Amino acid sequence: MHPGSAFFIVLRRMRAPLILLIAIYAVSILGLTLIPGVDAEGRPAPPMSFLHAFYFVSYTATTIGFGEIPQAFSEAQRMWVTAIIYATVIVWTYAILTILALFSDRAFQQALSASRFKRRVQHLAEPFYIVCGCGESGGRVLAALDRMDARAVAIDLDENRLAELELEDFRSETPAFAGDAAQTQNLLAAGLQHRFCRGILALTNDDPANLAIAAHVRLLRPQLPVILRVEHDAIAQRMIAFGASQTINPFAMFARLLALAVHAPALYRLHDWLTGTPGTLLVATRDPPRGRWIVCGYGRFGHALVTELLREGMEITLIDQHPLQAPGFTAIVGSGVEPEVLAAAGVAHADGLVAATDDDLTNLSIAVSAREQNPDLFIVMRQNQQSRAELFTALKPEMIMAPAEIIAHAALARLTTPLLPDFLRAAEERGDDWAWALQSRLRIELGSAVPLCWQLSIDANVATALIALITEGREVSLAPLLRDPSDREQRLSCVALALRRDEVDTLLPDASTPLAVGDQILFVGTAKARAEQELIARNRNVLHYLMTGREEAGWLWRLLTRQGA
Amino acid sequence: MNFEKVVFGFFIVLAATLNFGFFIGDIDRPELHHVYELFAAIIVNLIATVLKFGDRTQIGAIHLATSLVADLQLIAAASVWAVAVHVSGEGMTPAITASVVSLSGGALLANIVSLAILVAETVMMRR
Repeated sequence: MHPGSAFFIVLRRMRAPLILLIAIYAVSILGLTLIPGVDAEGRPAPPMSFLHAFYFVSYTATTIGFGEIPQAFSEAQRMWVTAIIYATVIVWTYAILTILALFSDRAFQQALSASRFKRRVQHLAEPFYIVCGCGESGGRVLAALDRMDARAVAIDLDENRLAELELEDFRSETPAFAGDAAQTQNLLAAGLQHRFCRGILALTNDDPANLAIAAHVRLLRPQLPVILRVEHDAIAQRMIAFGASQTINPFAMFARLLALAVHAPALYRLHDWLTGTPGTLLVATRDPPRGRWIVCGYGRFGHALVTELLREGMEITLIDQHPLQAPGFTAIVGSGVEPEVLAAAGVAHADGLVAATDDDLTNLSIAVSAREQNPDLFIVMRQNQQSRAELFTALKPEMIMAPAEIIAHAALARLTTPLLPDFLRAAEERGDDWAWALQSRLRIELGSAVPLCWQLSIDANVATALIALITEGREVSLAPLLRDPSDREQRLSCVALALRRDEVDTLLPDASTPLAVGDQILFVGTAKARAEQELIARNRNVLHYLMTGREEAGWLWRLLTRQGA
Repeated sequence: MNFEKVVFGFFIVLAATLNFGFFIGDIDRPELHHVYELFAAIIVNLIATVLKFGDRTQIGAIHLATSLVADLQLIAAASVWAVAVHVSGEGMTPAITASVVSLSGGALLANIVSLAILVAETVMMRR
């Protein structure tokens, strides 16, 4: 449906009733101008003129009915008027009913909401993101964006999901539209070329649709950041061909994390800690063991897992509905729900099990029966639907893989702290011992609750005070950003993880590092430290105090002392 | 043959011919310009306008615009007639007749444009 077509639909549907209305009026008026009347004494008089006839039909048709004016009617006129009354009332009713039917018409409603959506997007006057697909992951992203006071525009195929979004208590209004996000006109209506559009998140569960979005961005707005959800490698390759670097494959991401947990537990913990939900306490779980693993379900997730686990040198037994012929692992046909299939796969002597089917109840029953046969098993479960979260946590598996959560987390991290994924990748190169040392240091300085990661850019929007001092030629180092504004001897509970300058990242930059305009710094710490740091970056007096230990004088005092000197 | 096109063409041509019929004749002689012809022209023009509703093409837009102009001119002519005959009591003097007829002449021009578009559209179709 083309946005803005509501008006044309009204016009088109109203053709028949309007023409009928005009015709009835014409016949009525014509009749009245032909039929002779009577005057006050009962003598024949000339018929009504057009003006009187039009006047009379107008008030009769709308059933106002003033009576017989300008004078009493003749018998012939009365007969004609009787016919007029019925005809006009019927045709007016027909016209009104047509309009009413139109308003409850589905196509009309859609056209109306499309044009309303387009108008609301056009009037957005602050930066916003377009979120395509508002399922479990898209919904989480929208809620998180709202908490961060960032505006968003939502597109989803399913009206019901958008209706659910409306029920959520968002602080700012989110224009939402039910339509196919892969359609050019819908993307344009959502503000793809809007000057305040800051990025697109293609999070639909349909890979080709996400690919189409990538193509649109590449061709219509090449510089716009786009974050794409993708579950098939072939489509991911095509997205990269469209210049998309930010693809999120939840299955591959989780498989890589599991492999990381196997060969570098400290790195995995660091990763988990930095990307977790701030404020929560991470439960200490044991590390996934090396040895014999059973994977139930060889779909996209199973495939990604097996690739990573084989690379780690695990011995793998696969359970799948379909017979498999592949080197490197033994395969058993079955769903995994049957205890004898699990026993045949050697669950009693296995070290780990992954319930990786796309059906939650199957995964739950696999886990329950595997636990019974081998209480020490390391169990990884795939949780497809958020509504089943209680069931999964009640089972206490060692790891839960929830694609929606992974996608939402990764998408938000890339939007708000693009340095973090790069930092974690660089950390993997430094190795496990480095990660272990860093994590111990962070836990001592920040406590054991999951901290907050944020990014500070030295630009004119955020760091006004820093920019002012740097352009005055003063050397500003990282140190004042790490000190407490109320007492400079105290440290803020935050640590600088990385500094990006001219596309080069420095890991764990030293406090004495001088800052330059355009720097991006990744911090980890408490929410309070973040708020204090924002104040430091903005407030010249506070910054001056932290740098020198003295309060900065007002401009008059500065002027006087300069003259005196 | 598309019946919708027949009706559409019929009303557009009829609107123009009725308008022309009212317009033709010495401009200041009321006996040459019958009020029923003006009435018929207004009704047919209104119907032609409604028939043009809801067409999103460029040609459809111009069609609608010309029709609206013709309606406006004819209704203005009818209003002048009503005021002269009923309100001011002047009656159809040569001056009033001339202004009513010249207003309908303007509407005739709009109707001729409408006809030209109709013909052009038909020629372009080549079917």
